[in-house]
Amino acid sequence: MAELWWDYGWPLTIMVGQSLLVIVGVLVALAFLLLADRKIWAAVQLRRGPNVVGPFGLWQSFADFFKFALKEVIIPDGANKGVFLLAPLLTFVLAFMGWAVIPFAEGWVVADINVGILYVFAVSSLGVYGVVMGGWASNSKYPFLGGLRSAAQMVSYEVSIGFVIITVLLCVGSLNLSDIVRAQENIWFFIPLFPMFVIFFISALAETNRPPFDLPEAESELVAGYQTEYSSTPFLLFMIGEYANIVLMCAMIVILFLGGWLPPFDIAPFNWIPGIFWFVGKMLLIFFMFAMVKAFVPRYRYDQLMRLGWKVFLPFSLVWVVVTAGALVAFDWVPA
Amino acid sequence: MDALLLEYLPVLIFVGLALVIGIALMLAAFVLAENRPDPEKLSAYECGFEAFDDARKKFDVRFYLVAILFIIFDLEVAFLFPWAVALGDIGLYGFWSMMIFLGILTIGFVYEWKKGALEWE
Repeated sequence: MAELWWDYGWPLTIMVGQSLLVIVGVLVALAFLLLADRKIWAAVQLRRGPNVVGPFGLWQSFADFFKFALKEVIIPDGANKGVFLLAPLLTFVLAFMGWAVIPFAEGWVVADINVGILYVFAVSSLGVYGVVMGGWASNSKYPFLGGLRSAAQMVSYEVSIGFVIITVLLCVGSLNLSDIVRAQENIWFFIPLFPMFVIFFISALAETNRPPFDLPEAESELVAGYQTEYSSTPFLLFMIGEYANIVLMCAMIVILFLGGWLPPFDIAPFNWIPGIFWFVGKMLLIFFMFAMVKAFVPRYRYDQLMRLGWKVFLPFSLVWVVVTAGALVAFDWVPA
Repeated sequence: MDALLLEYLPVLIFVGLALVIGIALMLAAFVLAENRPDPEKLSAYECGFEAFDDARKKFDVRFYLVAILFIIFDLEVAFLFPWAVALGDIGLYGFWSMMIFLGILTIGFVYEWKKGALEWE
């Protein structure tokens, strides 16, 4: 019996503990990042932002949570009830699935699978389903149109994200996320691959429906897009899913281009600081950039959005894949 | 147990936990909030009007076109993944094979561009 516990029970308990730590950690972090997002937005517009609940409005997100949880769930008459409720749940679960393979520091990862990046890519592709299901199941015009637009937008930018990931993989020679970080010990990839870093950043904005690409939720045209008919906790799940995706994208940018948990210089004062702080710090920096973009870039028109995705980013990133591969082969830099 | 499958066990546990937390969050409102539906509340939102007709009507074929283009390019990206990882092992032969493949793809891409499949007005 004791043997069974040490062979199976204990490792299982550790896995559950790690998973819970990551999920709850991300959830709590999201609460404060949401507040930070609103505060930065407010500061750019010379407003104060939320400042009533707790010091500096720190507990605002928690108050919002209780507000959501105590509100009536409205399921429209014409809606397909099963799909209607499944959509936010799917969005929530898929948004968190990606976090299972994110290395927060050397060895700090729930599942160190050897096809990590492929897994993240696959999971983020599936995110479209939540949006399409929500838009269709509502059986209302705004959600339907918003869902369609959102799906088209997300798949368009996913293609260029794919090519950008390929250029990074060419320089690494492994699909494991920890290996990708370790490959940047000499130089962070945003320096040699700077154009790809920019494309990935902008595509990440489009992929997560962030402004200036928040057309599916453009209030002036589509009310709230696919979320129009949602209320209470189903809406909350959509909201959490959206932000979890945004922060996941920040984490991916940090891992692919900014050296993950590595310090900028491997010398005395920098490498005293544990890797997790570097990782979180870089993630916050990227999130700050996301928030600033939201605050001061005007919204794109839909045809401009599709043009940028298909006619600018796609050909450019395709060419860059060829250039990177060519340079690596020509100068014999290909990682073994 | 198989070592490869064991690697994915944490992922499974992680997804299971996320699902449990998601369902718990969702159920919170069903349990805590009172439910008083009425016909106005449950009608589809259309800026205060009665809904004019069914929401699931015809939509622009270009959305369908985008979906098809996406499948082609995403599949191709999926092909590129193993190639990118193994470039060191397959050498020049592998490199040029993929260049020819990308060339053919580019011809298709130029064709669809010229045909106006990427235009939105």
